[in-house]
Amino acid sequence: MLDVDGVPTLEDIGKNMPRRERLEQGFVAVHECFQDIPCNPCVEACPVGAVSMKTLTSTPVIDFDKCTGCGNCVASCPGLAIFLLSLKANHAQITIPYEMPDVPQKGDKVQGLDRYGQFVCDADVIRVVRLPSLDKSSKTTLITLEIPASELMTVRSFRRR
Amino acid sequence: MIETDVLVIGGGPAGMNAALASAQSGAHVLLVDKFQHLGGQLVKQTHKFFGWAEKGAGTRGFNLAKRLSEDVMNNDNVQILLGYEVVGAYRDGTYLAASWSDHITIKAKKLIVCTGAAERMILFENNDMPGVMGAGAVQTLMNEYGVLPAERFLIVGSGNVGVILAYQLLQAGATVDAIVDVLPKLGGAYWVHAAKVQRLGVPLLLGRTVLGVYGNSRVESAITAKVDEKMQPIPGTEKRHDVDAVALAVGLMPLTDIFQMMGVKTVYVPELGGFVPWHDECGRTTNKDIFVAGDAGGIEEATTASIGGTIAGLAAANDLGYQDNMQAVKDNLEALSIFRTSSLSKKVLEGIERMRGELNA
Repeated sequence: MLDVDGVPTLEDIGKNMPRRERLEQGFVAVHECFQDIPCNPCVEACPVGAVSMKTLTSTPVIDFDKCTGCGNCVASCPGLAIFLLSLKANHAQITIPYEMPDVPQKGDKVQGLDRYGQFVCDADVIRVVRLPSLDKSSKTTLITLEIPASELMTVRSFRRR
Repeated sequence: MIETDVLVIGGGPAGMNAALASAQSGAHVLLVDKFQHLGGQLVKQTHKFFGWAEKGAGTRGFNLAKRLSEDVMNNDNVQILLGYEVVGAYRDGTYLAASWSDHITIKAKKLIVCTGAAERMILFENNDMPGVMGAGAVQTLMNEYGVLPAERFLIVGSGNVGVILAYQLLQAGATVDAIVDVLPKLGGAYWVHAAKVQRLGVPLLLGRTVLGVYGNSRVESAITAKVDEKMQPIPGTEKRHDVDAVALAVGLMPLTDIFQMMGVKTVYVPELGGFVPWHDECGRTTNKDIFVAGDAGGIEEATTASIGGTIAGLAAANDLGYQDNMQAVKDNLEALSIFRTSSLSKKVLEGIERMRGELNA
């Protein structure tokens, strides 16, 4: 619960989700930012103007039809609170910002974890990229996992096996 | 003896911005820091900072420190004195700075105090045992000196300092057994900071306090227990944590000794972390030549400290007649007030209001 431990519930997330058809078209950014932190790098990072914010302390609104799934906002978000999601016929893919030293490689098998770090399912690392954050002074590693379609809403982390 | 227009004590975000603002207005600035490098707490931060994208948000703390300190070092109007602590202050504007082997007398027309804050301690059995440390100390050892002081940590306190420390410990390869907080809910950390450590598997144990640490000459375990509504431990709820360090992130208090030495009015404001010097919106204290900026004037965070430093630096140079900075002061005050429209600033704003009301009390 957000106001207890800072972790959003599925109900909270549901309010920000794109339609199923958009998820099936390929990667789209979904944020889990629910607090009025004075912060706006995601808006500036977006090359197509898909992220907007009324004021500095508003939470972002993502235009899922404009979003190209490029991941620039994921790499720029100070709260690591934006993910890329995509839904295929029988599996889902999620891109997670990762700042830990033990970076997995493409092809590795990892354990998909939920928002409390609990094991959910096995996952395959299908992409590892390093994108610059907004100011270009540092990069953030983005790890893309392939998971069962049923876990699209639950897996938000992973650990090495 | 060094003579200067503006003496800035403390080279963190507030002090560096104060020094830059005064120097860019034409004033001569002496910036003193007791450490061997500039940056203050910024150098210990690995996360990308919140705030305005156009003002450096999204930049990691240590990179912000690097960029700011380069700006300060490249400004010919700023003289930097590292490894010196200002230990003496006299009411005619004379100061004494001492290093381990030496001391220097300083004469300054204006003083801007950006000394930051000290960590609070809490009571529990054996809290003087090696392995019990402040969160800031762990960060200094780990992120500045490259020494991981222990392998398995228990963190006490779930404000931003506690959860950021947990995250940094994981980055450094340590394990974090849990973050405990005596409160029934998150103790002030940004939700996103708390969420990112929990999804990496760090449990957040709320409504729980540390009873003691135990071991043979150093911490080998800690015992925590749930608390009742009166914050008293509930027997039978004890939990043993096999850790070799307990990091305390239970709050900060402003470092205000110099204001008391100088006869500046200080006010006790719990919302700002304890005693703070009374100050106006430019950071001017009850002594018109002494300013405060950053956590020394009330515990807040790095962006507001930076803006506050800029405002104090502009105001000090304005007073000295270097240039009319009043529009720039106004612009920065506007930026500060936009930043503080967040509900996260509610407590600080209440504290500032309480402090302002205390002038004639």
